[in-house]
Amino acid sequence: MWLFDRDLWIEIFHTLGKNMFRTFLTMLGVIFAMIILVLLLGSANGMSNGFNKIFAGTASNSLFVWGQSTSEPYKGFERGRRIRYKIEDAEILKRQIPEIEVLAPRIELASHREIVTVYRNGRTSGSAVYGDYPEIDNITKKKLVEGRFLNQTDIDHSKKVCVIGEETYKLLFEKGEKAIGQDIRINGVYFSVVGMYKPNNNINIDGENAVFIPFTTFQKAFNSGDRMGWMAIAVEPNTKVAVVEKQIKDILKAKYDIHPKDERAIGSFDMSEIFNNINAFTTVLQGFSFFVGIFTLLAGVIAISNILLITVKERTQEIGVRRALGATPKIVKRQILLEAIVLTAFAGLVGFAISVGILSIMNSMWGSGEDFPFVNPMISIPQFIISFLLMVGLSVLIGLLPANRAVKIRPIEALREE
Amino acid sequence: MIEIKDLHKSYKMGSNSLHVLKGINFKVEEGELVAIMGSSGSGKSTLLNILGMLDGADSGEYTLDNVPIKNLSETKAAQYRNKFLGFIFQSFNLINYKSALENVALPLYYQKVPRKERQEKAMKYLDRVGLKPWAAHLPSELSGGQKQRVAIARAMAAEPKVLLADEPTGALDSKTSYEVMDLIQKINDDGNTILVVTHEEDIAHMCKRIVHLKDGVIVEDKKIEQVRAEQYV
Repeated sequence: MWLFDRDLWIEIFHTLGKNMFRTFLTMLGVIFAMIILVLLLGSANGMSNGFNKIFAGTASNSLFVWGQSTSEPYKGFERGRRIRYKIEDAEILKRQIPEIEVLAPRIELASHREIVTVYRNGRTSGSAVYGDYPEIDNITKKKLVEGRFLNQTDIDHSKKVCVIGEETYKLLFEKGEKAIGQDIRINGVYFSVVGMYKPNNNINIDGENAVFIPFTTFQKAFNSGDRMGWMAIAVEPNTKVAVVEKQIKDILKAKYDIHPKDERAIGSFDMSEIFNNINAFTTVLQGFSFFVGIFTLLAGVIAISNILLITVKERTQEIGVRRALGATPKIVKRQILLEAIVLTAFAGLVGFAISVGILSIMNSMWGSGEDFPFVNPMISIPQFIISFLLMVGLSVLIGLLPANRAVKIRPIEALREE
Repeated sequence: MIEIKDLHKSYKMGSNSLHVLKGINFKVEEGELVAIMGSSGSGKSTLLNILGMLDGADSGEYTLDNVPIKNLSETKAAQYRNKFLGFIFQSFNLINYKSALENVALPLYYQKVPRKERQEKAMKYLDRVGLKPWAAHLPSELSGGQKQRVAIARAMAAEPKVLLADEPTGALDSKTSYEVMDLIQKINDDGNTILVVTHEEDIAHMCKRIVHLKDGVIVEDKKIEQVRAEQYV
């Protein structure tokens, strides 16, 4: 097998190595093309990772359901009736829809994201106050800086504890003051702080100025009875959120005598849609990068072909001598072709190494994703393999041009005395 | 060794056709040292090209070592050239980025001789032309005479049936020319068949036979008393 012929490779590397400057100039185009391709792909991946980081801690396959006002009269009820859920709905839904993995009921002291005044030592904060189950943490993860989140014991014993946001802390406490164990007052009831969370650039449904207390405590302290304001629901990974969303709405519509066609009575938000949109965005971005990169690569490989064409002309005499000494057209063709492939492959690797270096510098500068969505920009191994194979494939096609030109050189013409 | 019968060759120059070789009959025995002479345009280079299988004849027969040379494919021609012929050119035609040794080893590479054997053989021939100490030098580091000696070593390395020299001294001063001719004579003494194309009388007289070409025909073919180049060196 000629591919493993040591002499052939020695001959090729010898030829390339003895003409360093020419070799280097030839490679430049592909080096730059590879750098551009890898940087584009890496940046696209970095953005994709950045978006993923933003959504880290939010279950992608989740939805939120709350009550609004009816827009259709039905069964004797007028339009504009406020829908208020009961805590028993959570159990009904969980029982009837097995695809629901987690269902976290929530109740608010005011309506969603409206604020109540929270007091401590003469300081006040306008915060949202939520009665929650610990399961909510499985759907929207809180980044705790201190202490812990609500747990089952808090629920079981209706403990008067709370978890506060960093904004709330800043308003209620002195700088550096310890919050854990301190009491804050909401509507005349004192709650002991057990945890504090900080804003984390993620999707933040609850805001940063919020106080979380156990759902059961909320019921007793604020006399909310069996009311429930809001549900956060995570569905099984392989189930479409929209399907479960419809089931939930159908059950709730039947229970609360809502017109089946009434779209406004039940508010809901499908988290997976956002994820899908962003996935589509990053996929398009990656595809575009690949597209641009491949054409840049094509340009680079054509440059190699071009320079090889020039070198073939320059090497007319050499090729003529080789032919006169017994090199068959096949040998000459193979040599030029392999020179093209080796050049391209080597240039590609050099470009790859350089661009990986640049990407890691970019990563160390902006890779934390604090300022904009850009995390760990790097190309994946399949992306690398695909671009590398494509490049080598192109170089074979394009190397045929100078190779055929070299074969057309007739020794008699090459050796003709000037 | 070489037999040519009624060889014709013409070149197309636009609408005109230039009849260069007009029926050449010619025979070379083994161990001969033949000078092919003629002014420019006499057809001597064309004849050498055809003998060297670098060009094909229009009509006529050409037999080399009892092998008919006709309608060769490029690949076949390359293989025959490698097997039968050694070339020595006026402008040496060494590959400038290869050392003297690598240049000499090149025909052996195309014969698929293993690397080690190739190096040894190339060194042997380089030694024979007296350039063993220069083996690692690039052609640019050698004098004209040295370059031509490397080229001669290269032509001999493949152990061809016939050496074809196209104005081997054309680019050299007379002293170096005689050195090169001395070498060619010695190679011929060992029994190698050599054809030298030249237009210099003194060089031609260092061969054993002179073939005169004029306007595409052989006008004179005579055996001569060889002048040894040794005495001028």
